[in-house]
Amino acid sequence: MKILAIDTSNYALGVALADNDKILGEYITYSKKNHSIRIMPAIQTLMKDCDWKPADIEKIVVAKGPGSYTGVRIGVTIAKTMAWSLNVPLSGVSSLEVLASGAARYFDGLVAPLFDARRGQVYTALFKGEEGELKQIEKDQLAMMAEFAESLKNRKEQILFIGTDIHIHQQLIEEVLGDRALFAEMTEHNPRPSELALLGRNRPSEDIHSFVPNYIRLAEAEANWLEKNRKTKQG
Amino acid sequence: MKKDQLIMGMETSCDETAVAIIKNGREIVANVVASQIESHKRFGGVVPEIASRHHVEQITIVLEEAMNQAGIQMTDLDAIAVTEGPGLVGALLIGVNAAKALAFANNLPLVPVHHIAGHIYANRLVTEMMFPLLSLVVSGGHTELVYMKEHGHFEVIGETRDDAAGEAYDKVARTLNMPYPGGPHIDRMAHEGSPTIDLPRAWLEEGSYDFSFSGLKSAVINTVHNAEQRGEIIEPKDLAASFQESVIDVLVTKTLRAAKEYKVHQVLLAGGVAANKGLRAALEKSFSELSDIELVIPPLALCTDNAAMIGAAGSILFEKGKRADLALNANPGLDIDIYN
Ligand SMILES: [Zn+2]
Repeated sequence: MKILAIDTSNYALGVALADNDKILGEYITYSKKNHSIRIMPAIQTLMKDCDWKPADIEKIVVAKGPGSYTGVRIGVTIAKTMAWSLNVPLSGVSSLEVLASGAARYFDGLVAPLFDARRGQVYTALFKGEEGELKQIEKDQLAMMAEFAESLKNRKEQILFIGTDIHIHQQLIEEVLGDRALFAEMTEHNPRPSELALLGRNRPSEDIHSFVPNYIRLAEAEANWLEKNRKTKQG
Repeated sequence: MKKDQLIMGMETSCDETAVAIIKNGREIVANVVASQIESHKRFGGVVPEIASRHHVEQITIVLEEAMNQAGIQMTDLDAIAVTEGPGLVGALLIGVNAAKALAFANNLPLVPVHHIAGHIYANRLVTEMMFPLLSLVVSGGHTELVYMKEHGHFEVIGETRDDAAGEAYDKVARTLNMPYPGGPHIDRMAHEGSPTIDLPRAWLEEGSYDFSFSGLKSAVINTVHNAEQRGEIIEPKDLAASFQESVIDVLVTKTLRAAKEYKVHQVLLAGGVAANKGLRAALEKSFSELSDIELVIPPLALCTDNAAMIGAAGSILFEKGKRADLALNANPGLDIDIYN
């Protein structure tokens, strides 16, 4: 099956083409700018280089967040629209899972991928590699880094932290977890679109119309509105 | 025989997700608009992040409905036209990226459209354009007089220096404790009241076609404030009528003067505020005396944001060879004279 994988959810802009057990090509950059300008030309270039026509695509896989609201919407919008137009199945994969998967597969401990979410917060989750498969231990979440690190204190395994934003939180993590915390090499800190293609290959298809990014957070105005209404209801 | 031209229009610049199919630039084959206004009402205005989220939820649903309405295949289309700007950047991005994905997947040309060009071309779905023409564009974000000497050529001869007319309506409505969106409420109240309160009209310097509504807006707020302090009661209906008269007086007078000076054959009303009954009536009255200038006012559904107007403008731009490649981006501050 010919798969097009798209990730614009964070710093990485990634496109991969996979065909059954082969990765045919990847296009990756790691600068968080102009995803909207660059992603379609990237798809076009890679498909041309691999001799694919749009009609060859049999499945689309997209990184569905968490991440930059705008970034993740760009990828999801393109994936939804192309899947609808080409009438092919669409699968969404967690952006955190994509980040964790490469390193987690052969690491005999826990893997915590993270994206900085400002003011001490991170988007994170916890994974464990088991016989080359990825098992999710803690769900995708928005957490205070300090609290998330505390919650890992009682675990026995070593914990590998991955992500380009690690340097923002490394000191705090080391203070809480000491030498049980490991930090990935710089080559592991970026999600690979080929991992996305692989993870999404056998995922169930989404309903294209209702498929939306996993923002994790409500829009700020919505959260404030709910809070206000809750208060007035309570009197 | 020449084959019919079919253009898909897409519009997501603010709080409507819209897709339309337009035949030969003038005929609506399908026109679907998913409005988010109910969602934004509780916030008293459009919240950009929430608008963007709704667009992602709606985009393929609206696309599918439009294609079903039209009963055509993607391969029947000649091009995809999409609003490039101006508007809310996050909202524009959904339409732009969906349009690029469609253009790529179906190997179709992509035509970028200026939102205001779209509003103006809504008129071509009503009647053929006659050049030179003048368009009065009034909406929540715009108040402009646009001169067109031919298709696809836009010259802004006057524009607001501060608030757009629609913005002033919304702010005055808020002062009078009307719910969002305030424009229709003010329009309705104005018809029930009489313009008994003296409010300023900003004519600006001699000969200028520019507009200014912030002084008027402040005058309304001050009038309410001062009355409250003196313990007097101002009839909101009369205030609405006075405000509306002031806005319309300036809009109509300047439009009329420009129409004569530029010797246009047509005056086209465009934009969401074109739904205002007071404005329509005043324009009709003023232009009824000028037999050589045709006044065109589109039906309400074509005045508010829609994609039929984007398809109509896209049709002309497509014929003129205007194209975008897959690097097209949303452009929230786009100028209309890019086409000239
Ligand atoms: Zn508009």
